[in-house]
Amino acid sequence: MTRLLALTLGLFIALAAPLRAEVSITPVTSDSGLQAWMVEERSIPFVALELIFAGGATLDSDATAGATSLMTALLSEGAGDMDAQEYAARSEELAARIGFDAGRDTVSVSVRFLTEDADDVIDHVRAALTDPRFDADAVERVRGQMLSKLRRDALDPNTLASRAFAQAAYGDHPYGRASDGSVETVAALDIDALRAAHQGAFARDRVFIGAAGDIDADELARLIDRLFDGIPAEGAPIPDRAEFSAPAGLEVIPFDGPQSVIAFGHDGIARDDPDFLTAYVVNEVFGGGRFGTRLMESLRVQRGLTYGVGSFLASGLLGESYQGRMSTDNVNAAAAIDLLREEWAGIAESGITEEDLSRIQTYLTGAYPLRFDGNAAIASSMASMQYQGFDIDYVNIRNDLIDALTLDQVNAMAARLYDADALHFVVVGQPEGLE
Amino acid sequence: MFFRLTAFVVIGLLALRAASAEPVTHTTLENGLEVVVIEDRRAPVVVHMVWYKVGAADEPPLQSGIAHFLEHLMFKGTDTMESGEFSRVVEANGGRDNAFTSWDYTGYFQRVASDRLELMMQMEADRMANLSFTEDDWLPERAVILEERGQVLESRVGGQFNEAMMATLYKSHPYGIPIIGWRHEMETLTGQNAMDFYDRHYGPNNAILVIAGDVDTGDALEMARQIYGPVSPNPAIAPVSRTMEPPHLAERRLRFEDARVGTPYLNRMYLAPVRRAGDQSQAAALQMLAAILGGSSTTSVLERTLNFEQGIALQAWAGYNGMARDYGTFSLGIAPVEGVTLEDAEAALDAAVADFLEEGVDQAQFDRVRHQIRASEIYALDDMQGRARQYGVGLSVGLGVDDIDGWVDALDAVTRDDVIAAGQMLLDRRNSVTGYLTQPTATSTSEVTQ
Repeated sequence: MTRLLALTLGLFIALAAPLRAEVSITPVTSDSGLQAWMVEERSIPFVALELIFAGGATLDSDATAGATSLMTALLSEGAGDMDAQEYAARSEELAARIGFDAGRDTVSVSVRFLTEDADDVIDHVRAALTDPRFDADAVERVRGQMLSKLRRDALDPNTLASRAFAQAAYGDHPYGRASDGSVETVAALDIDALRAAHQGAFARDRVFIGAAGDIDADELARLIDRLFDGIPAEGAPIPDRAEFSAPAGLEVIPFDGPQSVIAFGHDGIARDDPDFLTAYVVNEVFGGGRFGTRLMESLRVQRGLTYGVGSFLASGLLGESYQGRMSTDNVNAAAAIDLLREEWAGIAESGITEEDLSRIQTYLTGAYPLRFDGNAAIASSMASMQYQGFDIDYVNIRNDLIDALTLDQVNAMAARLYDADALHFVVVGQPEGLE
Repeated sequence: MFFRLTAFVVIGLLALRAASAEPVTHTTLENGLEVVVIEDRRAPVVVHMVWYKVGAADEPPLQSGIAHFLEHLMFKGTDTMESGEFSRVVEANGGRDNAFTSWDYTGYFQRVASDRLELMMQMEADRMANLSFTEDDWLPERAVILEERGQVLESRVGGQFNEAMMATLYKSHPYGIPIIGWRHEMETLTGQNAMDFYDRHYGPNNAILVIAGDVDTGDALEMARQIYGPVSPNPAIAPVSRTMEPPHLAERRLRFEDARVGTPYLNRMYLAPVRRAGDQSQAAALQMLAAILGGSSTTSVLERTLNFEQGIALQAWAGYNGMARDYGTFSLGIAPVEGVTLEDAEAALDAAVADFLEEGVDQAQFDRVRHQIRASEIYALDDMQGRARQYGVGLSVGLGVDDIDGWVDALDAVTRDDVIAAGQMLLDRRNSVTGYLTQPTATSTSEVTQ
């Protein structure tokens, strides 16, 4: 039967119509005025809740860099009348999955709880968000862990490359430094700095809420008001925009390892740019982290120069860049960089083909529903879409927007986005053949 | 962003069955292909996986890495499909595909909209029997796997340390050889080696098909019969035959020094029993032991004792992997705070374990762990791919569907005394290797320029 396969495949592809994402989003407004997006899904008796607070580590000052990160790690280390052991034991009794995570632009809270324990879990999370203890022993213990991670980072070529690229790109702006701060700043953080970071990070004026699972709108409205009782209206002011300022060229950071890690990129496209989606589509063809992209085809499949190469639109809350990453044996570093420049110039000059566009449209529209395949994934998407500024019906029109893109629009974006002469390279390793 | 990754870490701490939501169906086709169908109709998505019951532990001498190399080459075409076409078709249908290799199994999977399942089956059935590639395909791909070894292993000191630990733990069993292969042997692998391995081990009678997601079980089984049924069994498939371990009469120790070590730590690995079909009680007790010693970063015995009470650990851990065909492993470890030597940390770790075995399991902690395990069954239902993986791994290493379904019950049946007994049985240092990962000692640092 397999001999016939080639004959039938074309037919299957032609018939494959883009699927609509089957998610029905309910907008929820609580009595106190909090907004949330919710997807009701009753088949499993638990709820996933996601909160995104804008600001994140950009709210730290240069002197307190790392404060938001350390503060967030301490939220589950004691709150209200519970010390760290008691807080963790209570989480276990409730069988709740509670995560606090600090990033450059946001602090997020991810909670999964069994329906029957909803009120108890919400009270438990609320204690961490409104009444963390920052006990001295907990601060020292978690600070020690964070310092240890910073020391590891200082010997990790991937982290070194990303840090150097951010520094070159954004200089003195908070985007130019590591979200976790440095050994010096973290060692110097005191309780006041942690309390200030806590006050600044969690506020109603910057939160985006998503939920999915065994819950309805009235119940969600009640729970989020219960959760936010005691959380202030306003947080710390969010810094100004970051302008990308890395010069064209190449910097080498000597590092004793078998490979060179290469970070590369230039200025990007703002996430609220009307043509952001077009840029997203172009990048998916060029280097969007899959097989079948131009970069993977050129550097991996044809030449075996790398295990993986990819590019991404690093479009954040306060600034944007267009970046890529790869690793290669030191001996191949110069050849790889030449090829990256060549591919970069090629797409700026010639764009993509009609076939590229049609293939990527089919892929992106077909893959969209895969994002919404579980309560945890859906809750996270609901919060994230609001944070990124989408309308609630975006999920229904997004595939149509992609299908409506023309080759001229896409190639105009390629010419706008790609600039081989502007590329900044950071190479961490012992690269051979580089000036 | 990286594809076709090697599965170095096989399974999480709490490997859980699907609860009673939808029954899991298991059958075997006439050509020997085992089929598992897991219905989950919440989203219009399906996961389609084929697992071959062969992996890096089945490689011929001098060809370490061939199972993983073949996994890469499985994307390089068949008699009727071009190199790279498989992934292109998956992509053109809005799907994601990937593959992974372990010691005991090699798996291929796609996530697609559920109306594309038939096409995925046709392509996967095709490469089950009709693989075909040229030197233009395999030669650059050999460079790719060498780059992969460079990136995921040789550039990560923790990975190299773990490789050295495994090579020391096993005296003769091939679990001591890295899945990705030794570099000097990888450099000599050929396309013909890969094709020979394929001819010897691939076929429906050495494979498991797992379908999870938005399907009707009856329809999916019928589709599998239609599409996979005609693939002939491979007569070359032979029972698994591997060099087993002799008795271990002496503990082993190693010291791995590298200038790239940011946080020194020590790890100890013991050979441990695996989950056995029809008898998982011993493995369940070891899983509970790992959960109580190291399952929480706050309340577990090792963290509470070494981090919270004594303040000498940044982190302390315990873990058990019993999802393997021949040998499981149980690990204990500690990363000490600055100023505490690895020797002192090891003594404290051993004392903490000894005290625990002496004093017994705290009832309140035991109850909390049991409660979390039951809740985990519910959370696990949210993760379709994770559920599919449980059955794929389990069946690949010789367990049955009943064993996968019965795992939570087996954990539930473990008593506090069972946990202590399991610890006393296991912790014989002769079955272990203890490794220190540390910066070079003073005498050799003169060569380090960083």
